[in-house]
Amino acid sequence: MIVAERKPIEEIIGFVENCKKILIVGCNECVTVCYAGGKKEVGILASALKMAFTKEGKDLEITEVTLERQCDHEYLEEIRNIVEDFDAIISLACGVGVQFMAEKYLRTPIFPGVNTCFMGVTEERGVWSERCQACGQCILGQTAGICPISRCAKRLFNGPCGGSTNGKCEINKEIDCAWQLIIDRLKELGRLDDYDVLVPIKDWSTERAGGPRKVIREDLR
Amino acid sequence: MMEAFQKGADGVYVAGCLEGECHYLTGNLRAKKRVEYTQKLLDEIGVGGERLAMYNIAASDGPRFAEVAREMHEKIKALGPSPIREALQKKKAA
Repeated sequence: MIVAERKPIEEIIGFVENCKKILIVGCNECVTVCYAGGKKEVGILASALKMAFTKEGKDLEITEVTLERQCDHEYLEEIRNIVEDFDAIISLACGVGVQFMAEKYLRTPIFPGVNTCFMGVTEERGVWSERCQACGQCILGQTAGICPISRCAKRLFNGPCGGSTNGKCEINKEIDCAWQLIIDRLKELGRLDDYDVLVPIKDWSTERAGGPRKVIREDLR
Repeated sequence: MMEAFQKGADGVYVAGCLEGECHYLTGNLRAKKRVEYTQKLLDEIGVGGERLAMYNIAASDGPRFAEVAREMHEKIKALGPSPIREALQKKKAA
């Protein structure tokens, strides 16, 4: 899922300091799971903003809505009739949702309420870590399900560097060496021979470095 | 907790069971974390996290409950009215 974190309140106040009436829109998917932008977080932000404004002797009317998602037309359309009633909208969706909303509703300023961090997993409640960087050409089949692009600091494709020490990466002792993890997993799977198979030079054009990407399925249009 | 401060409460305290004696096992530990998070939020918006506190009191410990109530009362009295309450009162008077 996409993992995000709440923006500092001060920054959000800065976005709407001259507003009288705002809409805060949450998202029921990824940002709910990482406790950054779901219905509860919308309520907490609304309360915090109201108090911050009251303290300055200012009024701020806030409407709270949480959509199922903010990356599909059907769900974003649900607020079409009310969008122009507000001076601004704070979207607690990931960057995808904020942008999609801004593309749809051109006459109301849309501000992000969270910082979108990465695609990752819930390791345990309260701890999320990165797993995928959407390179567009998945090699997880060759690396026993562990990604050297997102988890190796150097994005190496054919084994660890000289900095790998006791299974940890040289950039930070808290970070596992991805290649140590790959080798250990291949051993457990009895597929250590795969380690000797060289992964060829990657075509990075499918990664973000190749420009903004699009997927089209003609059969679905 | 946020709603209480939003409505003008000068102070809020959360009373949970003694650690290790929660009927729901970890309810009071989760509450402690939520209180700490809310304290930080209250600091960020300028209300002051010191106006919110968590205490652990056994349900049957009346004297401790009274002691905590007195302690919290003195603490909030020293801090004075919450900036939210002052602003709400000012607005009402205007």
